[in-house]
Amino acid sequence: MSEHSEQSGHVGHVVPVSTYVIVFILLMMGTALTTGVAYIDLGRWNTVVALAIAVTKTMLVVLFFMHVKYAAGLTRVVILAGFFWLGIMITLSCSDELTRTWEIIPQGWNMIIPFVSRLF
Amino acid sequence: MSELAAHGAHPPGFAHQFETVAQQREAGQLGMWVFLVTEILFFGGMFTSYTIYRALHYESFVTGSHLLEVRFGATNTYVLICSSLTMALAIRCAQTGKRKGQIIFWLILTMIFGALFLGLKLRFEWYRDYVDGIVPGVSWAYTGAHAPGVKMFMCFYFFMTGLHALHMVVGLGILTTLVIMTARNRFSPEYYAPLEISGLYWHFVDIVWIFLFALLYLIGGRYPGS
Amino acid sequence: MSTAIADLHEPPAESGVNYLNANYGIKSWLLTLDHKRIALLYLGSITIMFIVGGVAAVLMRLHLVEPQGALFEPETYNKLFSTHGIIMVFFFLVPSIPATLGNFLIPLMIGARDVAFPKLNLLSWYVFITGACFALYATLSGGVDTGWTFYPPYSSLYSHTNVVAVALGVFIAGFSSILTGLNFIVTIHKMRAPGMTWFRLPLFIWAMYATSLIFVLGTPVIAITVFLLGLERILHVGIFDPSVGGDPLLFQHLFWFYSHPAVYIMILPGMGVVSELVTAFSRKKIFGYSFVAFSSLSIAVISFVVWGHHMFVTGQSIYAGLVFSVLSFLVAIPSAVKVFNWTATLYKGSISYEAPMLYALGFIGLFTIGGLTGLFLASLATDVHLNGTYFIVAHFHYVMVGGAVMAFMGGIHFWWPKITGRLYPDYWARIAAAIVFVGFNLTFFPQFILGYAGMPRRYAIYPAEFQVLNVMSSAGASILGVGYLIPLIYLTWSMRYGKPAGRNPWGAKGLEWTTLSPPPTENFEEIPIVTEDAYEYLVAGGPRV
Repeated sequence: MSEHSEQSGHVGHVVPVSTYVIVFILLMMGTALTTGVAYIDLGRWNTVVALAIAVTKTMLVVLFFMHVKYAAGLTRVVILAGFFWLGIMITLSCSDELTRTWEIIPQGWNMIIPFVSRLF
Repeated sequence: MSELAAHGAHPPGFAHQFETVAQQREAGQLGMWVFLVTEILFFGGMFTSYTIYRALHYESFVTGSHLLEVRFGATNTYVLICSSLTMALAIRCAQTGKRKGQIIFWLILTMIFGALFLGLKLRFEWYRDYVDGIVPGVSWAYTGAHAPGVKMFMCFYFFMTGLHALHMVVGLGILTTLVIMTARNRFSPEYYAPLEISGLYWHFVDIVWIFLFALLYLIGGRYPGS
Repeated sequence: MSTAIADLHEPPAESGVNYLNANYGIKSWLLTLDHKRIALLYLGSITIMFIVGGVAAVLMRLHLVEPQGALFEPETYNKLFSTHGIIMVFFFLVPSIPATLGNFLIPLMIGARDVAFPKLNLLSWYVFITGACFALYATLSGGVDTGWTFYPPYSSLYSHTNVVAVALGVFIAGFSSILTGLNFIVTIHKMRAPGMTWFRLPLFIWAMYATSLIFVLGTPVIAITVFLLGLERILHVGIFDPSVGGDPLLFQHLFWFYSHPAVYIMILPGMGVVSELVTAFSRKKIFGYSFVAFSSLSIAVISFVVWGHHMFVTGQSIYAGLVFSVLSFLVAIPSAVKVFNWTATLYKGSISYEAPMLYALGFIGLFTIGGLTGLFLASLATDVHLNGTYFIVAHFHYVMVGGAVMAFMGGIHFWWPKITGRLYPDYWARIAAAIVFVGFNLTFFPQFILGYAGMPRRYAIYPAEFQVLNVMSSAGASILGVGYLIPLIYLTWSMRYGKPAGRNPWGAKGLEWTTLSPPPTENFEEIPIVTEDAYEYLVAGGPRV
């Protein structure tokens, strides 16, 4: 059967205002948090924390403001595909750019650590 | 009332290549999400380049990042989050059949936040950078440490925030169109698709800024000795 | 009204209202929202671009009959091969089958009245024309000499040619592709007729869906890449500039991230066409439908992880080279699956040799050669010897011309009766197909030998011992040109003087063959209800008219 639904009238999930406000507050807090943490010395973890907060904020916007929490599976596949392809571009480009000075082929876990640590 | 019924039962805005309103709505949603994926890849080219150079020239990027002022980046982040809230509320008004005046109110508030973002950026960041001579290719007078890498960082800063700002300007144009359409009574709980898919675009532009703020302004931390 | 059985015995459609005569006047064409008319707008545009690119090729081959160059200064020669590449890749091959046959056929094949977003469809044509105008302007006002690959720092800091104008043309044309791909994805997901499940779709649709995935995922990256290149050229500083720590190879990564999948944009639709032709002209169900369908998706996905094989000798790290080499071998597998399945379809089929089938058979053979030679290039060690030589030129022309262009010609001939309501003279079409085949092989096979023997590509002069093969190649090119001209003549002739075609002159399966030729503007009198799989030839087919 074709994929479009046969529903009439009822169009899209109506999200309560309270949900929007809570998400808003969480986003503002997340911004304050990421700004504040930047002034604390966490060494390499500063970047990890900043990215983690950014990803969390993104998920809040995507799930609630962009209604993906209430959307069809196809929408999620599309979004994941987009980020996955971005990941391909970054990973494989880095596989060249960050390995130019490697002298010998590292063994085992030693291969991963220098690769990742260069990012931070 | 079934949408499969006679011709006249279709609301305004129904396009006749579709069989039902639901099909049209789903097609519009899918279309906008596919477009946003193209935007992920579009910005992604610069995010990829940024990731590589940050790994290769970390100290230069930290130095360059410290030329930016966190308070303006953070303020702009707050401003955009507010604009996303007002956009979501505008769509909700249409969904719940509120008067068009209410929808327009939230849309205009969104535009004000968007314009505020651009105004702050232009006046307090870009203009000041121009005066200070840290705009590569336009006004470059930097003589501090790691000069080549800092120039590279500032290229990224202006290219990425510039492209983002361009998307904001387009967004303001879209919002203006939506205000006009709302004023002309085009939307109802049965048909508000342009609002919804424009909202998706607006939230996406907000998300890009969330990452730009984290990646451009906060590299290496802002603690003493960083 | 069941449309499972094609109505072959209805008299040819006479002067009914169809999409061609529904409205007259230039505005009805330039402002049309009908996917079929938009397809024809594209057909005219890409034919013009093919001629421009073809003229550049003819000039190049004429120049190369003499080792010291017969006609041009090296600077001019550089502009010729750059123009040839840019026009042919971005303004002919990438849009060719998708924007013409794809636009025309997708709604018909899935049983819809139009694509999901007809206004975006028209916009995509105008965007294409705008990009093409920039590219043509750049060509006519001095050209570019960077090659179609625009590598910096030459293109950004040193070249004195119209790089920005061409980059702008490519940037703009990219959005045309994105809009087309977006439209096709949503159309195929949301607008299929009742009963048309994914696994009843014609394989052309699977191929177009896979192509559209590449359009949407890859094209934005070439857009940002040429945008950054243009910025660097204008500002004299940028992210590829070594003086600020930039890496020219980063441009190559971003460029090839799109441009490798782009070659699959060029071949996948051709493979979809061949699946339709092979089944129609052997009157047999495709062998291994789901394998062919999934192979299209696999090619689209794997195509995104192999781009580094264009950079084996440019300074890429050996480790990345290893990764990309292995993955490049992987991408050959789904292509091979298709070739096996087409061959198995032919086996014990009731084969006839009309022109479309000749093109399809030519495709299978020439694409196989092109694909196999790609494996020599995917292998790191042999690529070191063959890269930058005419071997590469021969390889990609075998797949792009022996493959994609032949499929395009085959498709145009196959669906011509549906598009125009007229039959073309198959006698002349077969002669032209044979001339194309002979001319093509004479042009490009010597280039494999030249490349292996060491003749570099993109050179305006060459050592004298290579002259015989070069002359052979140029002779072949003139024959190939004749082969392409002949269809222009008889196809144009047929639009006025060809016999009326009737709904299904080939006796083929597929929803497009159930409606009138040419179709009415809304495609079907009634939206069909699909009850059978694709290519059910041995079921209730019946003889051809």
